[in-house]
Amino acid sequence: MKLRFNRSQLCIPYAVFLTAFVIAPLFVIVYYAFTDGQGQFTFSNFINFFTSTNTLGTLLYSFALAVVTTLVCLVIAYPTAYILARSPLKKKHVLLMLFIMPMWINFTLRITALKEILSAIEGNISAYPFLNSVIGMAYDFLPFMILPLYTSLQKLDKSLLEAASDLGADKLTVFLRVTLPLSVPGIISGMTMVLLPSMTNYVVLDMLYNSTYIMGSLIGSYFSAYDWNNGSLISLVLLVIILIVTLVTDRFSDKDSNARGAVL
Amino acid sequence: MSKSQNIIELIDVKKVFDDETVAVDSFNLEVGKGEFVTFLGPSGCGKTTTLRMIAGFELPTSGKILLNGEDISNLPPNKRPVNTVFQKYALFPHLNVYENIAFGLRLKKVENTYVNKNGESYKKLQKLSKADIDKKVKKALEIVDLEGFEKRGVATLSGGQQQRIAIARAIVNQPEILLLDEPLGALDLKMRKEMQIELKKMHKRLGITFIYVTHDQEEALTMSDKIVVINDGEIQQIGTPDQIYNEPVNTFVADFIGESNIFNGAVVGKLKVKFCGATFDCLDDYEINQLVDVVVRPEDIKICRPGEGQLKGTVISSVFKGVHYEITVERGKFEIIIQSTSTAPVGSTIGMRIEPDGIHLMNKVYTVNRYDGVITKNNKVQFGDGEFDCDVTRLYEGSSLDEEGYLITSAGEKIDLAGVEVNVEVDTHDITMTDDLAAGGAQGNIISMIYKGDHYRYIVRTEENEEDYVFSSPDMWNTGDLVGIIIPKDKIKLSLKQVGESD
Repeated sequence: MKLRFNRSQLCIPYAVFLTAFVIAPLFVIVYYAFTDGQGQFTFSNFINFFTSTNTLGTLLYSFALAVVTTLVCLVIAYPTAYILARSPLKKKHVLLMLFIMPMWINFTLRITALKEILSAIEGNISAYPFLNSVIGMAYDFLPFMILPLYTSLQKLDKSLLEAASDLGADKLTVFLRVTLPLSVPGIISGMTMVLLPSMTNYVVLDMLYNSTYIMGSLIGSYFSAYDWNNGSLISLVLLVIILIVTLVTDRFSDKDSNARGAVL
Repeated sequence: MSKSQNIIELIDVKKVFDDETVAVDSFNLEVGKGEFVTFLGPSGCGKTTTLRMIAGFELPTSGKILLNGEDISNLPPNKRPVNTVFQKYALFPHLNVYENIAFGLRLKKVENTYVNKNGESYKKLQKLSKADIDKKVKKALEIVDLEGFEKRGVATLSGGQQQRIAIARAIVNQPEILLLDEPLGALDLKMRKEMQIELKKMHKRLGITFIYVTHDQEEALTMSDKIVVINDGEIQQIGTPDQIYNEPVNTFVADFIGESNIFNGAVVGKLKVKFCGATFDCLDDYEINQLVDVVVRPEDIKICRPGEGQLKGTVISSVFKGVHYEITVERGKFEIIIQSTSTAPVGSTIGMRIEPDGIHLMNKVYTVNRYDGVITKNNKVQFGDGEFDCDVTRLYEGSSLDEEGYLITSAGEKIDLAGVEVNVEVDTHDITMTDDLAAGGAQGNIISMIYKGDHYRYIVRTEENEEDYVFSSPDMWNTGDLVGIIIPKDKIKLSLKQVGESD
């Protein structure tokens, strides 16, 4: 007997996986977020989160950390991606590889190495928790910023730049009025890819002796205290933030953008 | 034409890419104010490179570009009063039609004169006012017939409309020269014809100089005041469309512009030329016995009754082309193409008459291939990126080879020829080509084929050092084919290089 599959049947393994490990847990999170320890429906978790200065402070701190990290990444990545995209073909792939290679090395190993470097420079590294966390996160997430930027700068039609200078624009004007606006999809895409993980990646903070809580550590601490309800609510809040950011940024990125796709 | 009337002059301009590829060589051109000049040539001939040097996107390797007598060779594009219409329009996708057209205007600064309190006038560089920009953009849209399109995104426009916006964006800056790089290449035929007429009208109305690049000979003939025919980075001919068509200077121009019959001919008397086995009167004065290329336009051959006219032949095909018939006539081994409003049945015998002014004689470009060669160990000769069997005994009269491969001269002297440099000559009719690459002494691509009545003239170029083999063959191959080059041993003429000779 011949084995025959149509397209929809080929989706079954993934559909099973999706239901069991993504959709079902989502419902569980929603359920826990709006119930108390006894399983009674309640808004108290919700109210607690938005009235406690403690949790709101954490939210603010994570957000500030994430925004600074994203900006640092952008400032480093844009010129890098620009140079990479402009350099002659032969060297380009080698250079790009140099920026992607750190991703192949274990993450904790990299941060440990970073910690040693930072202690060598700063002495007592716990004296600069915010700075160190930004450095650690930026180090970790930089490739995620470079790649979408590189892709969008790479596909930029050179004749557009020539047209701009033909119409009287000097090099700076060409950059500001053509290159920059046309790389906005890459910027947006890179920013989303850095902003969201840096709100939750508390491992970096832990390893660099930053004892301040961010969203990720808050969830972690609730869960390790078996408080599923509050932990779930915070996860839900993060989910909503991610959703809003994605919706807002989608309006800016162009429709056929494959900048994000190239990274994933 | 006096120098002051030339808006742009190219003097000995040369462009070399990557230190080796010569894209444009010894390019000399003068363009008068208000002229419509077309660069015409096959793709890769250097016409776009030349245009890009005028625009400033490429800098010439050597030579000068003068604009109104001033050297602008090294000015960046934004400092040149020249605007370009790009092949694929290059409209800014993030800006709407209005902003695209206003792009240049917003960057422009004009000198305004003011009078201050004390009554002294002073000048100030200022940006154009919003109202001025508005007015100019409106005007430009009017010229290209797209009023009311200001707010549209460029992606929503059709190819023809995008083309017009690209033109509007360029002319709105009132450039001294408008450069157009195959601007109609992406449009369909009907649209292209319309745009040709409109561009021509626009040129008349605006009065600015147009430099137009195309590979379409018909487009060039329709639109230009002056055509510059380019091939292999060199100017072949500069002239009016009329001159280019009726008086081509060489077979390349004749073959590229319009249809032509090209024959090998020989001058047999004062203003008399022989080709296709008949003698004709002609108007070009060449020395007696000189070998020439003869070009006859298909419409210059008149059909008459057999026995009349200079030629007789059999009609082998007749195709109706709308305005005329294209008739192919066989005469012995020659094939002659005629365009005529009347036709004759296939298989019938007709006479053909060619008036003296329909016959154009040209110097033969290639009669012999010359190479620098070197003798290798096995008494072969290496030249033109290949190695061929040859008869080395011809280098010394009366010499012979011994069993070990050494040359014994008539005086009994033993010579090791390996490494000896020689001049190699091969006649154009002694080279043949083959599909079997290994069988050929050298391999290369067919870069040119021109039909010459009873045979084709091919140029095969090798990849390594771009050596050319020029030869004739009755068989039809395709341009771009990779072929092996075969030269019979006894057809390779060798001579020793004279000491001190260099070239």
